Amino acid sequence: MTEETLVDVDSVDFAYGRRPILSGISLRVPRGKLVAIMGGSGSGKTTLLRLIGGQLQAGKGTVSVGGKVLNELDLEGLYAVRRRMSMLFQFGALFTDLTVFENVAFPLREHTALPETMIRDLVLMKLEAVGMRGVHAMKPAELSGGMARRVALARAVVLDPMLLMYDEPFAGLDPIALAVIGRLIRKLNDALGATSIVVTHDVEESLGIVDYLYFLENGRVVAEGTPDEIRASTVPLVHQFVHGETDGPVPFHIPGEAWNVDAGIPEDQPRA
Amino acid sequence: MLEGIRHTIERVRNTVERLGHNFVEGIWRVGSMARFFFLVLGASGTSFRRFRLVMREVYFTGVLSLIIIIVSGLFVGMVLGLQGFETLQTYGAQDSIGMLVALSLVRELGPVVSGLLFASRAGSAITAEIGLMKATEQIAAMDMMAVSPMARLIAPRFWAGVISMPLLAALFSAMGVFGGYIVGVVIIGVDNGVFWSQMQTAVDFRYDIFNGVVKSFVFGIAVSLIATFEGYDAPPTAEGVSGATTRTVVSSALTILALDLVLTAFMLRGDS
Repeated sequence: MTEETLVDVDSVDFAYGRRPILSGISLRVPRGKLVAIMGGSGSGKTTLLRLIGGQLQAGKGTVSVGGKVLNELDLEGLYAVRRRMSMLFQFGALFTDLTVFENVAFPLREHTALPETMIRDLVLMKLEAVGMRGVHAMKPAELSGGMARRVALARAVVLDPMLLMYDEPFAGLDPIALAVIGRLIRKLNDALGATSIVVTHDVEESLGIVDYLYFLENGRVVAEGTPDEIRASTVPLVHQFVHGETDGPVPFHIPGEAWNVDAGIPEDQPRA
Repeated sequence: MLEGIRHTIERVRNTVERLGHNFVEGIWRVGSMARFFFLVLGASGTSFRRFRLVMREVYFTGVLSLIIIIVSGLFVGMVLGLQGFETLQTYGAQDSIGMLVALSLVRELGPVVSGLLFASRAGSAITAEIGLMKATEQIAAMDMMAVSPMARLIAPRFWAGVISMPLLAALFSAMGVFGGYIVGVVIIGVDNGVFWSQMQTAVDFRYDIFNGVVKSFVFGIAVSLIATFEGYDAPPTAEGVSGATTRTVVSSALTILALDLVLTAFMLRGDS
């Protein structure tokens, strides 16, 4: 990948207290591309997304977005960068006290001084793009999970961000909603000329839409490549993941105490 | 024998350790709350530039508390009328019923009881709302949109509480006086003119009414601070939010009563 880099994660360490999550991780996201970060639960992929969004600070190493090193920014500087990025949270995180329309209008009202008529046009355009114009007067509680996520997507793109981040956008959706969200992620990325990072464990859907994938395990990148390279990968973890095998490098049994300890049988006593 | 002593020592040690831990934890919490208070004050600019944000919250905390305040005020005033009449009658001083009702209300019961009601009606709602917004990532989403949750969510709720509380206390006292009037004059038959003139002579604006307003203002700050802090600090889980809501009501009640003692001690003149 020789294109211009938008997001550069350089040998980053991160730990919650004393529990290390990421160790020496490095990756780049080129401008204009749609990149997936994959891995099992607890592999550190959501943490990585939060580092890129500046919600967490790297313990060691640097995270830079658009040439700005996030660790070095104060809150004002961070907010300046965040005005050009957007994150779609796992369950949408729509403001439950506002209507769909007001949710999408929220970033416009907070960051611009546009006249009401223009806000109206912009909001309805974005809602139209995700197919949700018909529900603009509803409250988020009246929407299904897939619909809420589409509205959240409209809200995320309403200021035309340069970087879009998705945290598990496919979790808990039915196959139709899943395909819709997948297609929208691709379409919006290309239409806006944005760059997107999708954190997910949904192999099938992401292999179908992304340009490049990173595989994470135990806080490290264990494999990377285009969808075709990943499908043909011989890395055991990737193979297990792509083919959904129950046992492999990720064991079926979570490691624990030896059998006899949990069962309360002393070491020297033979089992009956 | 030796085993028993060792066991006892172990138990005592654990208890002391737990006590010390809770004590340090408590101090830590007070410190975080003080820090939170200054953050709220620092983020209050938006609340006053966009006063509509505060007015909206005044509706939720103040206006929606009106019913409970009016009804409770009326009942408390009526009970004061009955009990006061019963006692004053012993000394043949039943004409002073208006004075007794009014002084008890504006000095003590108005601010304190309306503070307690405000904490359980509005304080708990604020905590639960903020806690749930945190649990559903709405606060994180706002932060990611480069909109400060402190300025946009917390400060308006805080100021709305501070504004509402003295108004509610005044209304409570007024309703209480009206309740005392119903019982004393309308039902028992104390002379109408005597009832009001006694009250007018006895109640001093600076000493009684103003001090009562000062109390309710201080209680407003305390309850709003506790409610917003507990919500913002709540662990983002169901138990976390329910625990925080309970803590809001319990700590607000204790704080109000303790502050009342301190304020009363400062306000009383020895000579009257």
